[in-house]
Amino acid sequence: MKKLIALLVISLGSVVLAQQDRSKPPAVGPAPSLKLPAIQKSKLANGVAVWIVEHHEVPLVQVNLIVRSGSAADPIGKYGVGSLTAAMLDEGAGTRSSLDLADAIDFLGASITTNSSFDASSVRLSSPVSRLSDALPLMADIALRPTFPATELDRLRKERLTSLLQARDNVSALVQLAFPRIVYGPVHRYGTSTNGLPPALESLTLDDLRAFYRAHFRPDNATLLVVGDVTPASVLPLLEKAFGGWKSEGMAPLVAAVPTAPQLTKRQVYLVDKPGAAQSQIRIGWVGVPRSTPDYATLTVLNTILGGSFTSRLNQNLREKNGYTYGASSIFDMRISAGPFLAAAGVQTDKTADALREFFVELNGILDPIPAEELTKAKNNVALGFPGEFETTGDMARKLEELVIYGLPDDTFSSFVPAINRVTGADVQRAAARYVQPDKMAVVVVGDRAAIEANIRGLNLGPVQIVPIDDLFR
Amino acid sequence: MKLWLAIGVFVLVAAGVPAAQTIAVPITQFTLPNGLHVILHRDTSVPVVAVNIWYHVGSANERVGRTGFAHLFEHVMFEGSMHVPEGEFDNWLEAAGASNNGSTTEDRTNYYIDAPANALDLALFLESDRMGFLLDDKAPAKIDGQRDVVKNEKRQSVDNQPYGQAFVQLSALLYPPTHPYSWPVIGSMEDLSAASFEDVARFFKTYYVPNNASLVIAGDIDIDKTKATVERWFADVPRGKDVPPLSAPTPVLDGVKKKTITDKVQLPRLYLAWLTPALLKPGDATMDMISNLLTAGKNSRLYRRLVYELQIAQDVNAFQQSQALSSNFLIMATARPGQSLDKIQAVIDEEIDKLAKTPPDAREVTRALNQTEAAFYRRMERVGGFGGKADQLNAYYTATGNPDSFQQDLARYRAVTAAEIQAAVAKYLPKDRRVELSVVPEEKK
Repeated sequence: MKKLIALLVISLGSVVLAQQDRSKPPAVGPAPSLKLPAIQKSKLANGVAVWIVEHHEVPLVQVNLIVRSGSAADPIGKYGVGSLTAAMLDEGAGTRSSLDLADAIDFLGASITTNSSFDASSVRLSSPVSRLSDALPLMADIALRPTFPATELDRLRKERLTSLLQARDNVSALVQLAFPRIVYGPVHRYGTSTNGLPPALESLTLDDLRAFYRAHFRPDNATLLVVGDVTPASVLPLLEKAFGGWKSEGMAPLVAAVPTAPQLTKRQVYLVDKPGAAQSQIRIGWVGVPRSTPDYATLTVLNTILGGSFTSRLNQNLREKNGYTYGASSIFDMRISAGPFLAAAGVQTDKTADALREFFVELNGILDPIPAEELTKAKNNVALGFPGEFETTGDMARKLEELVIYGLPDDTFSSFVPAINRVTGADVQRAAARYVQPDKMAVVVVGDRAAIEANIRGLNLGPVQIVPIDDLFR
Repeated sequence: MKLWLAIGVFVLVAAGVPAAQTIAVPITQFTLPNGLHVILHRDTSVPVVAVNIWYHVGSANERVGRTGFAHLFEHVMFEGSMHVPEGEFDNWLEAAGASNNGSTTEDRTNYYIDAPANALDLALFLESDRMGFLLDDKAPAKIDGQRDVVKNEKRQSVDNQPYGQAFVQLSALLYPPTHPYSWPVIGSMEDLSAASFEDVARFFKTYYVPNNASLVIAGDIDIDKTKATVERWFADVPRGKDVPPLSAPTPVLDGVKKKTITDKVQLPRLYLAWLTPALLKPGDATMDMISNLLTAGKNSRLYRRLVYELQIAQDVNAFQQSQALSSNFLIMATARPGQSLDKIQAVIDEEIDKLAKTPPDAREVTRALNQTEAAFYRRMERVGGFGGKADQLNAYYTATGNPDSFQQDLARYRAVTAAEIQAAVAKYLPKDRRVELSVVPEEKK
């Protein structure tokens, strides 16, 4: 009796008593709309573009200097120079040594990272707002006045060479080297990781780094992005003081864009031997699309269905149905030029061939018409999840970077959800036929050759080529 | 973890903040008659809501012969329940634009659903259904399916990882076989194979009861409406028997436990490990500060000497792994090609000696505190996911009974003095009572 009373009491505020009707899931209400904060654009006196987005949740601010040249601008024979240049920026700058800089930044509770991708280089500052005026001069030293000490270059070089040595231990690291190398070849920039490989890494000089820096780190090639607990009135004077004196020297360099890589034309299997591996790492793919593709929204939906979500076909088949893997996925890696499309999983060694067969079931299956319910689920997943991608200052800053690096219009985010909602089944089918052609893709497997080769050959996917591990490192 | 297992590494927020600044996370909390404790927090920065539930059960509750079971069970929780057909848990959430995951440590199992604010009702229906009605006639097949997935998780995150066996070895060396921290969260292949439906049913009945769980809902919510929705979905979940708190004898290291294992690696790696004060116990925050002084940033003592100056190590890391029954402090360093672990160990010992004899100067301590403080703010930016505000509220509630312990937690770090750091190094990091594990390359055939 007492128990029943308790239930009645707590149920007063709600509609139903005791046993709740669970026969069907509750309907989802109308989707909330995301109010995107405005991008407030201005320029410093020297012409550097400044974009500010106010975000007043926690007393933090993110300031990202984006240079629109990255590893894709590495000269042939010097792959890795852009990445090493970025890494050297905070190894000595202005009047400070590497250690002094790190001490000054850490003491403020700030963080400054320097980075380079294929498409851009960056110096990113995250700082408590109260310390921004102390942190910005340090950031400006790093971005504008790096000193490139020879001893630091030697140290970083050794560190990177050692990392490449360690990559030989790790099937995931090996497949990340092998797949692009096979799809793009050793000459195209996308065929080699941004960090580069031993031969080039050993030969790079301070002059190479300085030349890369001079050519690309210039105010007419840079944008400052600010997101956080600031206003234009509070932050612009600080930015002017730190970056306003930055001057361009000479003409902006003419940098040839990365050429579109030739597409693969026939399916072939590449096997890298890793004796004793408990799992094989599989990558299947070819040359995909650039970020500027008009099919961006369609491919986002297509990939969500194929391998871009937990309930995607690849993950459901290889993980949930067959238990071959901890997770299977696919991605269109979009860059300024066409990056790779790839489907990926680590699978238990004795199921490698079975897993490959199922990969192709799904890669072929995506060419067929998509059931309406599945299409709707994928579109809703992308569209309704979109607001959650703007939560933190770091999230927002990364979104802005995308606009800057790929020269996208300001309405990119506000038009994204409508574009997703417009995608039809026919769009997906047309895109699949063009961008997913399983009979032309490279099939790259890193695993225990003795245990997997015979079964892989038995699938008759195409010619099987054995790739010596050493080939991945030169 | 459903998608990625952080093997036992769950460090509760470690932070510091200027004395003038008070941090409060306003909450409403209540307990349902069935014992479910509920904590609500409103944050409208994005139209998203985080549903975060902790079951106070982890691998420490497992019995010998069934290691890895708590984590295997976590996987089964995503496979549907009595009113949710297999596969639909994820289908319905993804169709609503939500994401979800779970993770298991020694001490607890947590689950989150991050959803657009309009899908809160759906999220709570799903969360309550698997709490109240997990097992149906399809459960045995689901267990078999997830057993294969979990074995592949182990292959991917442990067996196929360079140095992957080190953490398995460390647990066994630090704790006696009777201590529940002596086996890894992921368990053994043999034990995973042995887990039966009866085990799952017993585990569910014992630990997955509302009186052994706490639920946080944070984000763009209306407090009163959310309270009513929680009552609607969770009131009919029956209370279980009380779960007695775990107790384990305090583990003791009374000498050096030295071991060398081989692995398919290019470079040797050294692990030094000590037993240290449990989560939130006196000394716990001090050990976090010590890990910062030793290996955070280029000027930290061990990084600077081993990696920057001598360049005999490729990397060095130290951390305090704070846990409910007993923590451990770990230093790990990888040798550069041609360098010996003995040399690296000698430098580590030298630096520990220095810190045990002389307190750090004020600037060094302030630097560590300022970094800790900023990291604290960064963690408060996100409401959902692992380590977001909702997860932190549950962590604080579990450890202290007070969800909004942010300020008290910060205070712990601000209070650490240079003299305490020196004393803690001397007391907790002795050279003659620790684990010394070396992982060295297999002989080339």
